[in-house]
Amino acid sequence: MSERPVLLAARGIGKRFGGLTALSDVSLTIREGEIYGLIGPNGAGKTTLFNVLTGLYIPDAGDFTLDGRSLAGLKPYAVAARGISRTFQNIRLFADMTALENVMVGRHVRTRSGVFGAILRTAAERAEERDIAERARALLAYVGIDRHSNIVARHLSYGDQRRLEIARALATEPRLLALDEPAAGMNPTERQSLGQLIGRVRADGTTVLLIEHDVKLVMGLCDRVAVLDYGKKIAEGEPREVQRDPAVIAAYLGTPVDAPAPAVTA
Amino acid sequence: MMSLFRDGASSKQASRAAIVLIALVLIALPFALAQAGTAWVRITNLAILFALLSLGLNIVVGFAGLLDLGYIAFYGVGAYCYALLASPHFGLHLPFWVILPIGAAVACLFGVLLGAPTLKLRGDYLAIVTLGFGEIIRIFLNNLSQPLNITNGPQGVTLIDPFRVGSFNFSKPEQWFGLAVSGPIKYYYLLLVVLVLVMIVNVRLQDSRIGRAWVAIREDETAAQAMGINTRNVKLLAFAMGASFGGIAGGMFAAMQGFVSPESFVLVESIMVLAMVVLGGMGNIWGVVLGAILLSFVPELLRYTVEPFQKAVFGKTLIEPEVIRMLLFGLALVLMMLYRPAGLWPSRTRRRELARAKRAR
Repeated sequence: MSERPVLLAARGIGKRFGGLTALSDVSLTIREGEIYGLIGPNGAGKTTLFNVLTGLYIPDAGDFTLDGRSLAGLKPYAVAARGISRTFQNIRLFADMTALENVMVGRHVRTRSGVFGAILRTAAERAEERDIAERARALLAYVGIDRHSNIVARHLSYGDQRRLEIARALATEPRLLALDEPAAGMNPTERQSLGQLIGRVRADGTTVLLIEHDVKLVMGLCDRVAVLDYGKKIAEGEPREVQRDPAVIAAYLGTPVDAPAPAVTA
Repeated sequence: MMSLFRDGASSKQASRAAIVLIALVLIALPFALAQAGTAWVRITNLAILFALLSLGLNIVVGFAGLLDLGYIAFYGVGAYCYALLASPHFGLHLPFWVILPIGAAVACLFGVLLGAPTLKLRGDYLAIVTLGFGEIIRIFLNNLSQPLNITNGPQGVTLIDPFRVGSFNFSKPEQWFGLAVSGPIKYYYLLLVVLVLVMIVNVRLQDSRIGRAWVAIREDETAAQAMGINTRNVKLLAFAMGASFGGIAGGMFAAMQGFVSPESFVLVESIMVLAMVVLGGMGNIWGVVLGAILLSFVPELLRYTVEPFQKAVFGKTLIEPEVIRMLLFGLALVLMMLYRPAGLWPSRTRRRELARAKRAR
């Protein structure tokens, strides 16, 4: 596992909002082909870290690199072009576009046609449009919602909306797919099949960064896990070790470290 | 509507027949209107101009969701470009096919000038800044007569050249095959061609990578950015495209009227164009054209019917037509907001998507 090359390396990331320190000195490395979990109690800074890594926030301190190239300070669209794509905790689809169109928008960053190509309908533009639609359809099938491709995103069921977000993110051909609580609001069956989908994404060669509250899902799926608490990384390692880490248990259950503490279970 | 085009070959024939029929009606229309008076042809021409403007504004407001209340400024820029380059004012008389692209380019530049500082604004705030921009342009046009006389101030620019191709003059009446063809009728055909072209451009842009990016920004700017859309450039592109359509319409307006003054480019005109877009159905090309034609014609119809009606019923004019127009206009807008908030002809791709789904099955 550890001999795999490093894909994303974050060093000493810090972010504050006014007087509130949301992240301080967070470092982590994600290796190619792994599913890396990010867990922690509410308000621990998981989504803030996510927003830093995807260019939405500019970190006050630290740097992060993808394939050795620094991404700190880049705009979100530039980060997406470099290969980090994300989903959102509170679903942010293009609500009035169809499922297919949503995924087609994801192809934007990997395609070129401009205004003049569109107005003149050049051969290159038409070929590109066909390719965009084809790939988008394939991705909808990949996440299992191709039967809804012509349905407006806002009318999809909650679980399907989550899947559509994943398809849209995959359309940008990311090196790293960052999922912000993809299982939130799903029932156990949906969670299970979502877990299978994430496993398949990894098997097909995309590294996954996963924020999740569902401990069972994280423990079953992730190769390594980092735990955030009050903006600091308090543990990192394989799920089994982290689960037994006294600091983690304290963060989740609030028991003092020296008191007899139960292990975190699902 | 869709039932006309439901199945296979017969639908294709039906739609082709419909297109031919519509084309024939549109070709014959100005002669029919001329029977009622050349004024009606002029009104139709203005309606088409407004349709052009609405289609341009639709890119900014309908597709990209950027509320622009100063759109008429680009119309003004295009009109003054034409006026200054084809009138005795500077003694320049360039041909129209040179000036129209220049007008479009200058308007486009102004679109970017307006877009650049407003990139971070949304909704109401953007509306306020664009409103201010529109007024700034108008006030400039009004005052740029000294120290150097550029725009000739409130008097405007007169004696603007009509469109000319060789010896063919668009404003001169002629006889074609025994039919009296007045200037407005010639302009009508030219405007019709431009309208069809602009509609084709609009449709093509809508179903393109850039069009999807515009709609994505309208729907959720943050998500659009996260999907790799350079929102800054794509928004500027929307402003630039919309503005250049306005510039072209402005140039044609100047040539048709033979006269421009700052009075034609006041705030109310911006609001009128926006009302056309909203009334017809934001984002829907056909709806927008419908909105433009309705809002151009209905007030004129009222102007011609309200007074005779009152005279016949009451023996005198109790309420001025202008007042009734505004009353009805307000009433129509209120009713629209209550019953058809998405416009008379709403939805963009929805029907088409449904039809496609049916065909796929």
